[in-house]
Amino acid sequence: MPLLKLSNVSQHYQIGDITIKALDNLSFTIEEGEFVAVMGPSGSGKSTFLQVASMLAEPSSGSIMLKDKDVTHYDEKDRAHLRNKEIGFVFQQFNLLAKTSALENVALPLLYAGDSRTSRYQKAKEMLGKVNLSDRIHNAPNQLSGGQQQRVAIARALVNNPSILFADEPTGNLDSKSGADIKDLFKKLHQEGKTIIMVTHEKYISKIAKRLITLKDGRIVSDRKT
Amino acid sequence: MEIKSIFFTAVKALWINKTRSVLTMLGVIIGVGSVVLLTSIGTGLQLYIQQQFANLGANTLFVVPGNPFGENGGLGNQETAFIESAQGKIKRRYLDKILRDHRDVIADGAATGFSTGEAKYKNKTKKITLLGVTANYETVNNFQAVKGQWFTNNDESGSRRIVMMGAKITEELFGQIDPINKQIKIEGQNYRVAGVLESKGGFGGPSFDNYIYLPLNTLFDDFNTELIDSFSIKVKDESQVDEATKRIEKTLLAQNLKKDEFSVFDQTQLLETINNILGILTAGLGAIAAISLVVGGIGIMNIMLVSVTERTREIGLRKALGATPNVILIQFLFEAALLSVTGGMIGVGIAYAGSLFIQQYFPAQVTPQAVILAFTVSTIVGLIFGAAPARRAAKLSPIEALRYE
Repeated sequence: MPLLKLSNVSQHYQIGDITIKALDNLSFTIEEGEFVAVMGPSGSGKSTFLQVASMLAEPSSGSIMLKDKDVTHYDEKDRAHLRNKEIGFVFQQFNLLAKTSALENVALPLLYAGDSRTSRYQKAKEMLGKVNLSDRIHNAPNQLSGGQQQRVAIARALVNNPSILFADEPTGNLDSKSGADIKDLFKKLHQEGKTIIMVTHEKYISKIAKRLITLKDGRIVSDRKT
Repeated sequence: MEIKSIFFTAVKALWINKTRSVLTMLGVIIGVGSVVLLTSIGTGLQLYIQQQFANLGANTLFVVPGNPFGENGGLGNQETAFIESAQGKIKRRYLDKILRDHRDVIADGAATGFSTGEAKYKNKTKKITLLGVTANYETVNNFQAVKGQWFTNNDESGSRRIVMMGAKITEELFGQIDPINKQIKIEGQNYRVAGVLESKGGFGGPSFDNYIYLPLNTLFDDFNTELIDSFSIKVKDESQVDEATKRIEKTLLAQNLKKDEFSVFDQTQLLETINNILGILTAGLGAIAAISLVVGGIGIMNIMLVSVTERTREIGLRKALGATPNVILIQFLFEAALLSVTGGMIGVGIAYAGSLFIQQYFPAQVTPQAVILAFTVSTIVGLIFGAAPARRAAKLSPIEALRYE
């Protein structure tokens, strides 16, 4: 049973009279435990692919199956629940809440999962320990380096134990040293069995993935094991 | 997700922007504060007047020239103008006739007339109001002397030059000196101070404490007047007030007085009229203050709209991480309601402190009703003006929001 299956998915945007096909009849399957890197030039549809596959957006056509369940036409509320339970996000811009401690940032998904305060903070603490930030739990984002902020964001993505981790250019805003640290962290997570889909344009990052998908004009032009 | 957790999320969001939250609340603080404070002044006035009337007793009737109440019970301009023109129509002897004819229902009655002038003691001069009264004014109006004694019937019929002094004018003229049996000069004539009256309190406008009382005949003789200002008449029993009113009217009509040249009323009627006026005044003041409350509400909406735009990315993130549109809606409604309710509480606190301060000079009374009303209104204002921004936040698409710079 594939973990996530996209069948003939298209995503169209209307800008004035012009229809832009961001995704064009794309099909894709990922099994549990896979680490997939998605690459492609700007405008190839990487971001749209990520949005549709991570339940942030509903596709114009086609279907999406998650754990054998058709989730294509879930409404906003059900999508939110699904994202909370099954999806972890790591963004290029970290997207941490300002003036809010690392602990509270990591605990945020658990708030929407309905965890008690004690359970939220306990799980968040554990997860921050896992990304080597035990000594930084009370620091706000502006007191952390870029690499540390991204580690907080990764801890947040993992705290509710999602089925798939989506990462959108996770090293795009980092210097090479911090980028390498984050790369190693993803490698470790993969070894622990996490399913990861990562959009990146940096070759050295994509090398840790076990499968490389290249997009162009909204279509998959190559899909190979590395 | 529990409502409690959303509530604390809202509290945290407001706490993070403390300065902005306080500034936003300011509008509601001022609005609620002014509504509560202004209505407290109106209510305080009403209570004060009720107290003053309670001192007179429920069985006192008043006869005055003209018709101060009009058709609707209000003090209209036409009617007050008519009071002036009707003066002189009521004669002192009418009181004697009323007392003689209706001994079975009427216990006693006092007549008053007034004039103004200048009083002088040594080198101190004061403008004063002179109230000429019959000797029984003391008992009919429950007005006791704290020093000395009221003048007697003999003093009155003999037009003796003696005066009773209000508490405040005594202090102003005599200071620490004992005024009893001292001579004061009023409009060039010497008068002996026979007594000082208990303080009735008062604020602004004319006050009993500023009056100087002298025998009615003395006033008529020395000030060349015969104008009667009013009769105050004590009915034997409260149950006979209506009967006495009818009989007095009948007697006066029999003296060739026309129906609108005089009025007989008891204090409930007078109190009602005053309460009506004060009620309108209080409501008017409250309504004016309520405008600032609405302005405060608009301030909340304005800031909340700015806040939603500024926090677009945060809202997108929260949604990506699992917040449903309803959770976002409730969070922003909580934020707006918290701002207005907290502002309301602070406003009530400030108004209460303000009323305590004002009480030193003026009667003011914060009522539970005013507090509850201000509170309810401020909550509703918060929810109404918070609704539009909250809906906007709830409707944001997570993708658009995350992309927002």
